[in-house]
Amino acid sequence: MLEIKNLHARIAEDGTEIIRGLNLTVKAGEVAAIMGPNGSGKSTLSYILSGREDYEVTEGEILLNGENILELDPAERAAKGVFLAFQYPVEIPGVATMQFLKVAMNEQRKARGEAELTTPDFLRRVKEVAADLKINMDMLKRPLNVGFSGGEKKRAEILQMALLEPQLCILDETDSGLDIDALKIVADGVNALKSPDRATIVITHYQRLLDYIVPDTVHVLYKGQIIRTGDKDLALELEANGYADVIGQAA
Amino acid sequence: MNMQTTTRLTTAEAALVEAFGAQVGDLPGNGAVIGTRDRLLDDLKKSGLPTRRIESWHYTDLKNLFREVPEANGSAGVSAVAPLIAGSSVLTVLQGEADAKVHAEGFSVSAYKDALSDGSAVKGLTALDKDDAIGRINGSFVRDGFSLSVPAGADLADPIEIQALHAGGQIHTRFPAVFGAGAKATIIERHRAETDAAALVSSISDIALEDGAEVTWILLQQQGAADTHLGQIRVSLGKDAKLRLYVINAGGKLVRQELRIEVEGEGADLTLRGVNLLGGDTHTDVTLVLGHNVPHTTSTETIRNVLFDRASGVFQGMIKVAPDAQKTDAKMACNTLLMSDDADFSVKPELEIFADDVICGHGATVSDIDRNHLFYLMARGVPENKARAMLVNAFVAEIAEELEDEKLVAPLEELISDWLDKHA
Repeated sequence: MLEIKNLHARIAEDGTEIIRGLNLTVKAGEVAAIMGPNGSGKSTLSYILSGREDYEVTEGEILLNGENILELDPAERAAKGVFLAFQYPVEIPGVATMQFLKVAMNEQRKARGEAELTTPDFLRRVKEVAADLKINMDMLKRPLNVGFSGGEKKRAEILQMALLEPQLCILDETDSGLDIDALKIVADGVNALKSPDRATIVITHYQRLLDYIVPDTVHVLYKGQIIRTGDKDLALELEANGYADVIGQAA
Repeated sequence: MNMQTTTRLTTAEAALVEAFGAQVGDLPGNGAVIGTRDRLLDDLKKSGLPTRRIESWHYTDLKNLFREVPEANGSAGVSAVAPLIAGSSVLTVLQGEADAKVHAEGFSVSAYKDALSDGSAVKGLTALDKDDAIGRINGSFVRDGFSLSVPAGADLADPIEIQALHAGGQIHTRFPAVFGAGAKATIIERHRAETDAAALVSSISDIALEDGAEVTWILLQQQGAADTHLGQIRVSLGKDAKLRLYVINAGGKLVRQELRIEVEGEGADLTLRGVNLLGGDTHTDVTLVLGHNVPHTTSTETIRNVLFDRASGVFQGMIKVAPDAQKTDAKMACNTLLMSDDADFSVKPELEIFADDVICGHGATVSDIDRNHLFYLMARGVPENKARAMLVNAFVAEIAEELEDEKLVAPLEELISDWLDKHA
């Protein structure tokens, strides 16, 4: 599904190199956790995958189903099935949430040459998914993310993910700012989307989220490279011993 | 009359003087009104149109920008259009002449021409100060309009829409409106060009809210690409009166919209919201002079501007707090989205505070679209041009949403998105 080969990337504005020769493969149906200390490049990786302009790829490739997506802008990547659940979803006053959801779903459909959703079909879909995520329809009448609590914002991200049915889901620190009940709801939402045709990357620096979203593989990111890969036990080891040991072994 | 003038008149000034000479015989008004018109025109002739050397006109050099006065008569055949909000009481002014067939329910209305003829209009015809070019032009030339009166205690369920439509020419209108104590009403004042023919429009609305009146007044300026629009809104607010004043500019080539507001009664509140949608080679100036004249009054002023092409815009916002106007609370903000490198916007906030226990603030921002917002929308699959359009729309639609009443919000949002679809 996703192959990242020898990726090097830097901040466009000041040239600081953040990703330094990163290799990673995530198969369809796989849940891959990416862990690492602060500043290791985890969020940067999520932005680069989704096409944020602030970063410049200087070397390497990102292949989605064999196709290099580096030349595509964020909207084109989204239409190909890339979805980033933001660590800090932005509030956009003046953009109605429902209108935004409808435009996003239909623009992706258009880009893929599919028919647009009718309004009743769209409403039905939103209501179904919102109910699963315990999202009140009144919340969706507000402008996008405006006045949403931390938990509501994260649930709204998962709602979008469920509606857009991406192939590659990237969850950037989805657990940050969530209490345990909200975390369970979000994790259930993510688990419900698990499918043999979908790959998921879970970025986190705590083991806690991985109790609820159990990964198939765990990768440790440090200074812009994957320095260790293992199964879910690696996350437990990191939780027990911290990153120092793994970093020490890699050095 | 053969008078020696010391200053040479510009083409436009000379054309105004000539137009007055040609029209004065048939302008409505009793002796006192005609005398006032003569004086106003004479003042205009002596001082000329204002230049950038006059402080309040510094960013809109009218003498330089206003070059040509169109022929007095535009083409005929303009007719009333559907009101913005279904069910409104519609008062139509076509080519500057009030349509006498008016159905008024719960309020009274008469043609302003009548007030000119019987002389009752004379007091309001004066200019506000020596730099009041709009007062002078309008006072000299005004032909008609409507005088509105909403009785004390009335609560009008449906809006009143004043429709001032034209097909070019010289159009000078006036709309005095008095809202009695406790009256509640919504007024839509709509100025619109129905053809591309050039027009010179001047229009003054005198809005008086008596104690406890609650009024929403929405001005929509949609003049044509060759039109000059010189507008003035004069407001006085009584005790506990509440005015929501929306000024939306979405047209015209040269526009000056002055807001002269006096808060005269304790407990009064003003909500001023402005939206300027500017494109092409146009110049639009919104100039506010707001006096908080008594203690315990409040106001908020928010102006949102979006500029495309080579448009230029101005907002001057002067808030004056009188010496004994303690506990005044006034907040002014002007936010501009520049969508073109060739567009410019000038903001001049001024606070003149003579009381010591007040809260007054102002802020101004000029920006491009927020990159974080753009990335978020695109990351959900919304193509860049569409995402930008959504964000520009959101920036101004927010102002419309503050009206909360869906009946008002929806048509304003539609007007905004239609304009953006055509210009973005």
